[in-house]
Amino acid sequence: MIKGMWWKMLGLLLVLYSIIAGLLIDVPALPVIHQTIRNLFYHVSMWFAMFVMLGTSLVYSIRYLSGFKIKDDLIASGAVYTGIFFGTLGLLTGMVWAKFTWGDFWTNDPQLNGAAVSMMAYLAYAILRGSIDETAMRARISAVYNIFAFMLLVIFLGVLPRLADSSLHPGKGGNSSTMEGLDLTMRMVFYPAAIGWILIGFWLLQIHVRKRALIQGVNLKK
Amino acid sequence: MKEITELIRKDFLLELRQRYAINGILLYVFSTIFVVQLCFGRVIDDTTWVALFWIILLFAAFNAVSKSFVQESSSRRLYYFMLTSPVSVVVSKIIYNSLLMLILGVLSLGLYSVFMGFPDFDLKLFLPAFALGSVGIASALTMVSAIASRSGNNAALMAILGFPVVLPLLLILVNASQLALTGQVESARIISMLLSVVLIDVVIVVLAVILFPYLWRD
Repeated sequence: MIKGMWWKMLGLLLVLYSIIAGLLIDVPALPVIHQTIRNLFYHVSMWFAMFVMLGTSLVYSIRYLSGFKIKDDLIASGAVYTGIFFGTLGLLTGMVWAKFTWGDFWTNDPQLNGAAVSMMAYLAYAILRGSIDETAMRARISAVYNIFAFMLLVIFLGVLPRLADSSLHPGKGGNSSTMEGLDLTMRMVFYPAAIGWILIGFWLLQIHVRKRALIQGVNLKK
Repeated sequence: MKEITELIRKDFLLELRQRYAINGILLYVFSTIFVVQLCFGRVIDDTTWVALFWIILLFAAFNAVSKSFVQESSSRRLYYFMLTSPVSVVVSKIIYNSLLMLILGVLSLGLYSVFMGFPDFDLKLFLPAFALGSVGIASALTMVSAIASRSGNNAALMAILGFPVVLPLLLILVNASQLALTGQVESARIISMLLSVVLIDVVIVVLAVILFPYLWRD
């Protein structure tokens, strides 16, 4: 865990900046999406934070399987729960946006399906953890499933969208309003937003892990 | 290698001796197909045919594969643990379940065609996708059943853990089957479709072989 307060403050500042600047800056006038393009700052950064959290969880699951330290399992599971939190927010912000842009909360879009199935896999992970009582066994088995779930995420991001001919998502194939309009001013807000939310994610993870460690009596320093 | 063939032989012998299990699955597939025929009538359009076929096969696979580790009692597991390496256990189970799944798939395809007809597929795409997909679904479910068998309530857990894992494969297979419906498919599309199925199969098998030893020991 990283010591100190500076990165937490930096995360807060970046998020605050992206919320204010995201509403104030000029955005390119694109057909169909118009001003709703501002949702990019709030919706896509959720997915970025989710991927970083789930990636962290994968790293700590592999670390657990190579060293069997219960601390690694705490971090891996905490990162999954934080990832689920960001994924839910990503789905919700996306659904609100979709209602105004596409006219419906949910469409049969490859990216939406991928997001939904990945969330299902990680919710199944949470249920799997709940169903095993013995700590060491729970840690080992859920680490194995976690690696499978991450493979699923990669397939849904890397393989399936390439096979699908079209997506309603802006910037994806078969869509007229592409993200080539993502100009410099938008990048100046989007990247800080993503980094800020990722830092907030690590903060949440740290709080979660410290709480679980106190409850279970695990020494994090070791 | 000898270990693996011996373990596969053991699984087949067990299956033949307690014939109720395999017969049960066959009856299950038959009942499902018959229910589909009663509900939909004999004439359905080709897209529905494809969707129903894969759903039937998916549920048959869950039934067939889910018992592969559950039926091994903990004392028998200890016995294997002394005798063989975990890698040969998981490889033998994957091969055995894939063979079972292929047999089951061919039988259900035949039965389904009898009841619901057989659409005009481009067989160059449909049959290899069908075979590779059965193997992939069987190996993914083998691993999931190994995970589910180590935790308490089995049947429900098998379903919720299994669905997300087989879904990418299932989506590609449904897409491939629907592509095969459009008549002659150019070979570049066929190759890219089959390659992605093979890729997912390989990833699943490699992960299973690497990770299974961690599930196996206590």
